[in-house]
Amino acid sequence: MALEELYKEVILDHYKSPRNKRSLPGAELSCKKNNPLCGDEIAIHAHLSDGRLAEICFEGQGCSISQASASMLTEAVTGKSRQDAEALAQRFRGMMEGKVEPEEETFGDLVALKGVVKYPVRIKCAVLAWDVLQEALAGAGHAAADAPH
Amino acid sequence: MGKVIEHGSGALDAERIRKDFPIFERTPHGKRLVYLDSANTSQKPRQVIDAVTDFYERHNANLYRAVYELAEEATAKFEQARVRLAAFVGAPDPSCIVFNRGTTESINLVAHGYGRKFVREGDEILLSDLEHHSNLVPWQFCAQATGARLRFIPLGEDGALDLSNLDRLITERTKLVAITGQSNVIGTLPPIRRLADAAHSVGAVIVVDGAQLVPHNRVDVDQLDIDFLTISGHKMLGPTASGGLYGRREMLDRMDPFLGGGEMIMEVHRDHSTFKDPPHKFEAGTMNIAQEIGLVAAVDYLEEIGMDAVRQHERELTRYAIDRLMDAGARVFGSHDPETRGGAVSFWYHDIHPHDLAQVLDQEGVCVRPGHHCAQILMRVLGVPATTRASFYVYNTNEDVDALIEALGKVEAFFGA
Repeated sequence: MALEELYKEVILDHYKSPRNKRSLPGAELSCKKNNPLCGDEIAIHAHLSDGRLAEICFEGQGCSISQASASMLTEAVTGKSRQDAEALAQRFRGMMEGKVEPEEETFGDLVALKGVVKYPVRIKCAVLAWDVLQEALAGAGHAAADAPH
Repeated sequence: MGKVIEHGSGALDAERIRKDFPIFERTPHGKRLVYLDSANTSQKPRQVIDAVTDFYERHNANLYRAVYELAEEATAKFEQARVRLAAFVGAPDPSCIVFNRGTTESINLVAHGYGRKFVREGDEILLSDLEHHSNLVPWQFCAQATGARLRFIPLGEDGALDLSNLDRLITERTKLVAITGQSNVIGTLPPIRRLADAAHSVGAVIVVDGAQLVPHNRVDVDQLDIDFLTISGHKMLGPTASGGLYGRREMLDRMDPFLGGGEMIMEVHRDHSTFKDPPHKFEAGTMNIAQEIGLVAAVDYLEEIGMDAVRQHERELTRYAIDRLMDAGARVFGSHDPETRGGAVSFWYHDIHPHDLAQVLDQEGVCVRPGHHCAQILMRVLGVPATTRASFYVYNTNEDVDALIEALGKVEAFFGA
């Protein structure tokens, strides 16, 4: 059943009960992007402490894949150093390009998104939150001005 | 003028028509193919496919210059296609039909060839909130190049345009009105003749985006008194990259060429060239010969059904679809009255994102379009990031609508809270 391969239970769970979905006043890192092609929108906020992402939250709207990916991201990178978060983002991208075989211990729930690779149109949905994270890490900072409306 | 073969009024036999379309032999994911994306592109009947194949198998050659038999046949067929398309839209003369890839290319042609030549700084170009990006972005280019200002007729109640301030929107400054003939998102049918009259009263020209209008309605450019009409062949059973532009002949004469190159020229010198008369002035390079010849078969097919029957059939389907969608708890955008709208039905279903919804529908063999439908302005006005759109044509039946509704039930089971 192809559909269940894409929409694994854990994805639907993150979609219906997103983790860390809230605003974060005073966040040192904050970035927002939208995918105008489908109207998906993700903002990521993080508190930094000793160079680590001590607390990370997201806000947004969009399809189950984009929102579940954001929710999983917040769990996967909490407590990570900026470098480790960046490295995970790159490995996640690698998985979406079919080049990286995800291992359970670093990917956690993110492994569930592997099925998206078979649906090329949806890859950008899964990657959106990681785009936002990488832009935030790169210090693009409060780039909230590109909101669609 | 077009000879219209009518098979009486009223609905057509969609089940019989369906048999003419080889693609319906496909069974995606083991299901009956329920194709509800004709506003995106239509399917092609055997007659069109055969016409294209016949051209390549028996007549293929380039146009005009060659003196051998094949080339003469190709040229004759291509020019007959022009005659046929002219008659289909009520154009007074075949030379008013410029062949090209369809609406996007046609609007770019007018925005360049007419807009950049005749629109000046401080002039206004009037569009509407309904427009497809192909009837917006070329005008942005034109406005940026000329210093003209773009204005927009707002959306009013029930998906109709709000024309209450039309006398303030169409003024002495207005040089051009570019408007859709039928919304690709919510099916709105703007009053084209009224807008044409208003435009002409201030000396402006009217460009009608006919991408959705022409495939689904009887259109007569003379009765509508429009200056330019775009025609997308691939949305009216024809091949992709078929269709073109109707333009009032005296306007085509006054316009600048668009693309430069072979076959559009008279004399070429080192520093300048002179150009052929319309329509050839606008047809540079090797043309979409097989496609336009295939489009003739599509026009023949539609006229045999009768455009009034096409419209009536879609009215009935649209009514049935809106009723069933509302019963299922969907929010249907635009008018709910099929008399005032065409058969592109956009909806929002139980807060499930259109991409997720369409993905589940695909598993059931149901093809719909999720997204902004190249109408981001309208999405903002409607206050949604995207919609799901079901759109109908001659081969659709109530059974297709039933399949859509049944599949929506599965979407609910998957994503429902």
